[in-house]
Amino acid sequence: MDYFDIFISILGSAIRLSIPLLFTALAGLFSERAGIFDIGLEGKMLASAFAAACVAYWTGNAWLGLLGGIGVSIVFSFVHGFASITNRGNQIVSGVALNFVAAGLTIVLGQAWFRQGGRTGQVPPEGRFSSIVLPGADMMRDVPIIGPLYAHVISGNNILTYIAFLMVPISWWVLYRTRFGLRLRAVGENPGAVDTAGISVAWMRYRSLIVAGFLCGFAGTYLSIAQSAAFINNMSAGKGYIALAALIFAKWKPVPVMLACLLFGFLDAFANFMQGKSLPLIGEVPVQIFQALPYILTCVLLAGFIGTARPPKAGGVPYTKER
Amino acid sequence: MSFDSPKEPAIELVGIDKKFGTVHANKNINLTVAKGSIHGIIGENGAGKSTLMSILYGFYQADHGEIRISGKPMTIRDSQAAIAAGIGMVHQHFMLVENFTVLENVMLGAEGGQLLAKGVASARKELKRLEDDYGLEVDPDAVIEELPVGSQQRVEILKALYRGADILILDEPTGVLTPPEADHLFKVLRVLRDQGKTIILITHKLREIMAITDTVSVMRRGEMVATRKTAETTVEELAELMVGRRVLLRVEKGAAHPGGVLMSVRNLTVKDSRGVTMVDDVSFDVRAGEIVGIAGVAGNGQSELLEAIAGIRKPSSGEIFIDGKPVAGVDPAGLRDLGLAHIPEDRHHMGLVLKFEEYENSILGYHRDPRYGRGPFLDLDAMRKDAEEKIGKYDIRPPNPRLRTANFSGGNQQKIVVAREIERDPKMLLIGQPTRGVDIGAIEFIHKRIIEMRDAGKAVLLVSVELDEIRSLSDRILVMFAGRIVGEKSGEAGEQTLGLMMAGIAA
Repeated sequence: MDYFDIFISILGSAIRLSIPLLFTALAGLFSERAGIFDIGLEGKMLASAFAAACVAYWTGNAWLGLLGGIGVSIVFSFVHGFASITNRGNQIVSGVALNFVAAGLTIVLGQAWFRQGGRTGQVPPEGRFSSIVLPGADMMRDVPIIGPLYAHVISGNNILTYIAFLMVPISWWVLYRTRFGLRLRAVGENPGAVDTAGISVAWMRYRSLIVAGFLCGFAGTYLSIAQSAAFINNMSAGKGYIALAALIFAKWKPVPVMLACLLFGFLDAFANFMQGKSLPLIGEVPVQIFQALPYILTCVLLAGFIGTARPPKAGGVPYTKER
Repeated sequence: MSFDSPKEPAIELVGIDKKFGTVHANKNINLTVAKGSIHGIIGENGAGKSTLMSILYGFYQADHGEIRISGKPMTIRDSQAAIAAGIGMVHQHFMLVENFTVLENVMLGAEGGQLLAKGVASARKELKRLEDDYGLEVDPDAVIEELPVGSQQRVEILKALYRGADILILDEPTGVLTPPEADHLFKVLRVLRDQGKTIILITHKLREIMAITDTVSVMRRGEMVATRKTAETTVEELAELMVGRRVLLRVEKGAAHPGGVLMSVRNLTVKDSRGVTMVDDVSFDVRAGEIVGIAGVAGNGQSELLEAIAGIRKPSSGEIFIDGKPVAGVDPAGLRDLGLAHIPEDRHHMGLVLKFEEYENSILGYHRDPRYGRGPFLDLDAMRKDAEEKIGKYDIRPPNPRLRTANFSGGNQQKIVVAREIERDPKMLLIGQPTRGVDIGAIEFIHKRIIEMRDAGKAVLLVSVELDEIRSLSDRILVMFAGRIVGEKSGEAGEQTLGLMMAGIAA
């Protein structure tokens, strides 16, 4: 294998690894721009992965699986909303609680229903999102440089991957070109301005959480029935937190969110590639170092290289009318 | 409007009553506001002005009473209903999204459709028309946080007009403005009135009431105590109605007898946390037995200057001397030992711990004093006895050292801070905004204490955004603009001269 082939294979794997991050970070984008911190992304992703796997296993239909994943994720959003919007609870505490609920509930239900130590049953092929070969991929394969790029990176992904990238311009358009987006951004900066304009702050924030739940449902579904063929214990493995890091890194903007997710996906793919390989002079590097890279990078970059990341001003603060 | 009878009032409030728990914020309020007039509402903090206006704007519902707009009874359940009834409000703390443009802020809530594109074009046109009609010029594409405060306020007014407001409520609109900006605002308000709009102006500044209103209503402790034609009343009468007794509006003070220099500042430069220079090469002296006032619009470096002298903020260059000794790097506790007392600008953030009981706050910062304890242990009895003495001497109400500080009124909280700092008998006193959010009665009391400090030979440095306060207390006035001291005037300097200096126009 020459270097170019290695690069292509890492790139293809980077794309696949960045998709759950991208869906989740976009989910976080909607809730956090509306002023609701969403540390529960991890739990939503896990719960929806489990739901998608169950539904797909029973029905053998991938799209119904996706619907199940989205549904459960939105239910989690409503619980977060009820605690932190309606009852003005602490958003971090509510989010962390949801993460624990998701981690515990998926194992308990999985064991009760499938008796495989928390795993769901193997999802049949028609219950999964399989890869799509784009037209001309075979013909292009031998064209230098562009050929392998098209055949192995752009083509050959499942439909959710393409939806994920489509969600980036759609999110941008919704945020910056629609009434909903204007109000959503306003409610995360100064809910008082929204309230005095005669718009319900609570309902705006609930709607942002519904969008977040919707997007996060895609992420979970991708994990269990697109990337794999079953739900496995704790299969989100901290991706929700990495997505949050990507969101901060991208300063809460849609296109930079995509770039950040691709970068973190690339680092992940690179870490996998380096497993067991030794570097010249240094020797074998523990894989944990590569796995820690996204976090280290976030810390370093936030510490000054990208300038101050200005979070939505009203983020994390429950809205109460002043007296 | 032509089909309404000319006598029909714009607003009638009948028997409005509102309780928050045990606090009776509005007691059976009746108010009539004539169409096409500027109606002032004055009262001390907590008199119930803001509650009344919030009820009118749909933020709260009254427990009893009726609201009539142009003669028609209305139920105003939320802000949307108020907007629909033609009521617009300019809040004291602007309700603007700071990283939005003027246009986006004006459109918010009145976008004219699911997509923004169409609304943007018509909003732009409408803004231009409002600008031409009322002289409210603002760049529609400017981002709010980059605009001066006066322009931000204009955006608030534009927001209300854009929604078709015929009745405009302004809550303490001049608190953040320079005198020229306030004059400009008044000009705009007169134009609006002459074009048939009705304006309600809430303020505690008596001079503004006299300058701009046609009618004035006075509130005291939740009640509407009087309504007068502005032309037929006086500042003295209004002040008495507000407080419920005669008040001295003028501070009585004799000539100053300044002694030697106690505090001097040389070439002081201070940067804020973002690295922006807030105090730029400032030098001055304060002598024993004089009050030096620093005038300026909020945000021109006074706060940072005060914090640097108090040892809270590290200057980036320059020196501060106390009694001729350099004190750079001395922490606030060390400065207190050198005889420097500090009444901070914001009593809630720096002066007090609101959750503490009164007696705890009354020794805050002096807790290492052997009078209040030994080693790591506090002597609670001594602390409470000390607090009780101060409560008596400063007439702090209610006189209960075990009450949580948050439960005291603004004026009494300020008295707790003033008592704590002045009773240490310091040599120098730094005071920031001594009477912000303090009622007239307490203002009079605090001003007297400050003059007494001066007469006792202390050096007093006073920072206030209330120009009247600076003028009535100071022996010398330094004006700060954009971090620099742009000039020095005697305590007798005219308001207009100082106003122009504060706006950076004259030196």
